[in-house]
Amino acid sequence: MDTQIILIGLAGVLASSAPIVFATIGETFAERSGVINLSLNGTILLTAMAGFAVAVTTNSLFLGFLAGAFIGGLVALIVAFSSITLKQSQVAVGFILALTCRDLAYYLGNPFMGLQGPRVPSLPIPGLADIPIIGVIFFQQDVLVYASFLLIIVSYVFIFKTRPGLMLQGIGEKPATAFVRGANVNRMRYFYTVLGGMLAGLAGPMFSLSVKAGWKGTISGLDGFGWIALALTIFGGWNPLRAAFGAYLFGLLQWLGLVLQPSLPNIPSQVLQVAPFPLMILTLLLVNIGNAEWVDRTLAALPEKTRKGLANVLRALRTSPPASLGVPFENE
Amino acid sequence: MTMMKTSSRWSGIGFQALAVLLALAFTTVVMLISGADPLQVYQNIITGALGSPTKVDDILVAWTPLLLATAGLLLTFTAGLWNIGIEGQITLGAIFTTWALRVLQPTDLPPTLIVAVGFLAGALGGMFWAGLVGLLKIFGNVNEIFGGLGLNFVATALTIWLIFGPWKRPGVGSMSGTEPFPLELWLPTLPGFRLSPLALAMGIIAIAIVYILLRGTYFGLRLKAVGRNGRAAFLMGIPTTRYMLMAFLLCGLMAGLAGATQVLAVYHRLIPSISSGYGFLGMMVAMLVNYQALWAAPVALFFAALNIGSIQLPIVLKLDSSLSGVLQGSLVLFVLLMDGVRRRLTRS
Repeated sequence: MDTQIILIGLAGVLASSAPIVFATIGETFAERSGVINLSLNGTILLTAMAGFAVAVTTNSLFLGFLAGAFIGGLVALIVAFSSITLKQSQVAVGFILALTCRDLAYYLGNPFMGLQGPRVPSLPIPGLADIPIIGVIFFQQDVLVYASFLLIIVSYVFIFKTRPGLMLQGIGEKPATAFVRGANVNRMRYFYTVLGGMLAGLAGPMFSLSVKAGWKGTISGLDGFGWIALALTIFGGWNPLRAAFGAYLFGLLQWLGLVLQPSLPNIPSQVLQVAPFPLMILTLLLVNIGNAEWVDRTLAALPEKTRKGLANVLRALRTSPPASLGVPFENE
Repeated sequence: MTMMKTSSRWSGIGFQALAVLLALAFTTVVMLISGADPLQVYQNIITGALGSPTKVDDILVAWTPLLLATAGLLLTFTAGLWNIGIEGQITLGAIFTTWALRVLQPTDLPPTLIVAVGFLAGALGGMFWAGLVGLLKIFGNVNEIFGGLGLNFVATALTIWLIFGPWKRPGVGSMSGTEPFPLELWLPTLPGFRLSPLALAMGIIAIAIVYILLRGTYFGLRLKAVGRNGRAAFLMGIPTTRYMLMAFLLCGLMAGLAGATQVLAVYHRLIPSISSGYGFLGMMVAMLVNYQALWAAPVALFFAALNIGSIQLPIVLKLDSSLSGVLQGSLVLFVLLMDGVRRRLTRS
């Protein structure tokens, strides 16, 4: 294969993964604070439709993205209100919203199906874009892709290197301790859940105004990305860098599926498109199995050398959720 | 004490009525946003559901797999498990049934026997897929929501591959599905209707069995203990993992039967979206009835009616039929929210 084609392909992987990066990092913020927002799949579909509809009607890309962030934040607010204030099951409310927002998107998006809409223009960065190899992959993108690079770095630094970030870790791990040290746990959980929802709400217009421009109802091919983002949050171990790595890996697999398609004429394209899902289960198995009790027991029975080697591998892969993920907090 | 109980029951009903009103109000607003006339839409849904004997027949046809799915889900929910993988379990049931029929069709076995084996295969298919989710959860620590979701996508891909690959129609494969089975392999229906009384009976029996299991048996009691507090149940000597796996397998069995009825009684072939979303709809039903088997059957019937009633919306009013999903979803959401509001008010 031509090198140029490979480079453009890799640039495409970075671009098509950008919405997943946004959604996954948004969910990472929410879950770091202790709240699971399971509505992601519905959020992405609804904001993709709404962002497109607003951009078409007003002819403003900016308003399209604003609508996405607003609706994403609103959906997350329902999750936060029902779980933090009303103490209802986060998983139940999130699941209901995932389905309801999807149906809302299909219902309200009906008149906008197949319309021609504005599209985020590509914006090569002068100077950097001409660097061989790197320039093509990284610097001939649109502004959203640059924003996704920035988001990865900023959110990583925020969570692990700043005081508010440490506080965020605290309210997800040991909310009682954080509360004693002056954190308003529930208010912060509201804030990060809504912030996460707004980031996920940008993912929708990123699809419908850039990566998969347009709105085509049920055949838009966007159903499923939200669930992927939720799985990638776990795969990423609630760390933006690792989560972004997962998102790019997933994008790469999807691209490989497309590239390999012509050489595998017996396999329908729909099959290759879902190839990442079994891999998703496998990776979740790899990152979780180290937490299982029977693994410890089995390892203990092995000879010293094998045991240490295996234990190290499992430890490197393993991720553990924030200790209070999904647990309501009462300050009494 | 008794007075408080009755008053809290009345307030409970009051909040539920309020929830229904809010859901209707929300859906009406959604209709107005789309520029539709709400009265006209509601009228269309009602006539679309009850306008003729054929429509009522269609509701009962949709009710059958929904009952089976909901019945199974009540068991997994009781064990504290989120069996989102149910869509894939229905699909695998349909695939296994189709497989059995394809293998046995050329033999000279009596058709009744082939159909019976088809049901059995469907049940096994659903159990196989549910068992995978259970094993991943119990031995791999993979949360059942993600294991199940992943397997849902795999099941869909498997269906499409079969339809376009090994099981394609003579000539060229198409999204319309595999070659239809001959008439003698169709589940008998009432003359002139699509409903198979046998399939419907299976759905009703399933929900009745689950009701009895959860209501009056040792198994149901222990399953509840596992769902309420797994750790405590384990310390009390209940083999928690075995009970969880059992809940998955029983749910998979009923989901598999739902898939089998879709093949044997409705489509008579394998189609790409064979589960028709009944698994997820069953989860909504189970949540709406607060996981109580008694109310599951009528609510499932109502949801089936909404689905059938909205089918003609695109034709008559040029509206998308997903409106029924909006109404169903907002009903469940507002009932949950109002329940939270009521608890919060009574607490303080």
